[in-house]
Amino acid sequence: MGHGSGGKLTSELVRDIFAKRFGMKGPLTDSSIISAEAKEIAFTTDSYVVDPVFFPGGDIGKLSVCGTVNDLAVAGAIPLSLAASFIIEEGFEISSLETIAGSMAAACLEAGVSVVTGDTKVVEKGKADGVFITTSGTGLVRQAYREAGTGKMVRPGDILIVSGSLGNHSIAVMAARKQLSFATDIVSDCAPLNNMTGKLLDAGTDIRFMRDITRGGLATVLNELAQMTGYDIHVEETGIPVDEPVKGICEMLGLDPLYLANEGKILFVAGPGDAERVTKILRSDPFGRNASVVGRITETKGKTVEMKTVAGGSRILGQLSGLQLPRIC
Amino acid sequence: MKFISEYRGSEATEAVAKAIRREVRRSYSFMEVCGGHTAAIHRFGIPSLLPPEINLLSGPGCPVCVTPVSYINRAVTLSLESESIITTFGDLIRVPGTNTSLEQTKAAGADIRIVISALDAVALAAANPGKKVVFLGIGFETTAPGTAAAIIRASEKGIKNFFVLSGHKIMPPAMEAIIHDGTAIDGFICPGHVAAITGSSVFDFIPGRYGLGCVVSGFEPVDIMLSILMLVKQVNNSAPACEIQYSRVVTREGNLKAREIMERVFLTEDSEWRGIGKINTSGLGIRDAWKDHDALSLLRGLQPGEEGEENRFCLCSEILRGRRRPSDCRLFAKTCTPENPEGACMVSSEGACNAYYRFKRDAV
Repeated sequence: MGHGSGGKLTSELVRDIFAKRFGMKGPLTDSSIISAEAKEIAFTTDSYVVDPVFFPGGDIGKLSVCGTVNDLAVAGAIPLSLAASFIIEEGFEISSLETIAGSMAAACLEAGVSVVTGDTKVVEKGKADGVFITTSGTGLVRQAYREAGTGKMVRPGDILIVSGSLGNHSIAVMAARKQLSFATDIVSDCAPLNNMTGKLLDAGTDIRFMRDITRGGLATVLNELAQMTGYDIHVEETGIPVDEPVKGICEMLGLDPLYLANEGKILFVAGPGDAERVTKILRSDPFGRNASVVGRITETKGKTVEMKTVAGGSRILGQLSGLQLPRIC
Repeated sequence: MKFISEYRGSEATEAVAKAIRREVRRSYSFMEVCGGHTAAIHRFGIPSLLPPEINLLSGPGCPVCVTPVSYINRAVTLSLESESIITTFGDLIRVPGTNTSLEQTKAAGADIRIVISALDAVALAAANPGKKVVFLGIGFETTAPGTAAAIIRASEKGIKNFFVLSGHKIMPPAMEAIIHDGTAIDGFICPGHVAAITGSSVFDFIPGRYGLGCVVSGFEPVDIMLSILMLVKQVNNSAPACEIQYSRVVTREGNLKAREIMERVFLTEDSEWRGIGKINTSGLGIRDAWKDHDALSLLRGLQPGEEGEENRFCLCSEILRGRRRPSDCRLFAKTCTPENPEGACMVSSEGACNAYYRFKRDAV
């Protein structure tokens, strides 16, 4: 508990666990000064409460960096710096905290960002669950892509591209939770995607919309896009990449991979003339190897997502209703 | 995925669809009894592949949907006891009882856990000897053997704190009740997983006594469409029979071991079906020999609420009997949604209303 008192133990915690790993130099002051050269800065924040804290393919630290970096990346911004706040439950292992800080540092290095400010609070046992992290981030907005998150540039005929296989993060976390008795070697796809989006934007591709496919899965992002643009969206189930082991577990548990959360996938909408180049550039990136065209924006204005199923039938792909729960017979 | 992808592809479904179009001579109404079929039919968009003459009706085979309010009330009552841990399959926790649902009592602090097997609940009981672990046994012949095996396991291992609240039901009496009810159907798409346990022969009485066709179907799009084709041919040839389409899993005799376990633990008794009412010898109660594991014994002295009033506009009872469609209900997709279900058919992913809501364009 003493680590949260604000005294010597607190500064030791901050200095030894966090500042060292995040490469913070000089005195630890109350605010960090960052230089803003661009006219517009993207600014985002997100809290991370994943259970369990460690899961195959990552941990809460990696997740807290990647999630915020990706939110900036899909806004068409170049991520610059992060703030990280920790709420730590009394009794949480120092060694675990070190591991988490280490994976944050590694993810920052990969993404080319740095944690420049932060905060820690320790709460009594039972008042939190291990550790919760909030990260906020700033990024330089690329003017040509400043509407990439709004859907305003989307037109009929535009092509939808998913950057890779869906569902791995959800299944990995679910398996690590050990509530449901199944074992799998599926790992989370948690990754910083700003280098991948950077390649696309540097190449001047005709990207008209980007959104990271997190909670609620692809189906939710598609429905949001239909709402934003007003157009009907057509998708082909056969084009949607899902790894075989994920498919198998979804069949067994009655889950739909199109509604499962990802932490390393983006839906892109590209102009029809440039979709092929976008797919090619994505596939050249380690996080976009399975990139695939999944559908298109139609001419009609009904705000509905319609899917041609693997069986050749057609149905609507609705919003997620409630939680996905295992089926019973 | 082996045994799945080859039954899903659009080339195969299109070939069967063509064959159905060739066979069709009039209009046909077939009931898919099983909620798993309802979900698959809408998930894969099968109605869009069929000629308009084929009319599919959803039946009473969604276990969550037909579990009566009185059962939910009992489960809620048990969940409020401080020393109890309730274990259940997922969807059931959202079904509204008279005053509250298990989801609400869970939010208020009751210890309610989702399991995917009754044996998980036995393990939980072994690990928590100070608690009474109650497994909510619902479902048809597919899940009943698992519950029976769990009771036998607990008894053999001396795990005295494991209990089952049996709401298990069996399928054939409900199908017969629907026929008696006068629902206009030309045949049944019979539940494949039920038949894997019981054998297809339990449905023989339907063509025999009532002259209606039965085809035991698998759950992939090609399976379901082939079953429809087989039913169309039966009707065209006036040759009702009990056929097996799902022959990679189902035999005429079924799984003898599972049947024997069920027989040892359960006996048939009259049972209440939500929306339908009491159906004779359609439920599975726990035999006296295993009564130490029957959660009914824990309910003595407690006062669970009895049947409450359902919303008077709710059409679940008509829908479960194949008389109306979800889109006929004035609550559907308005006040009754998967987030706030008024009736049980909207709760489970296998409920007809839920499947219509999620997958069907014309219904929403």
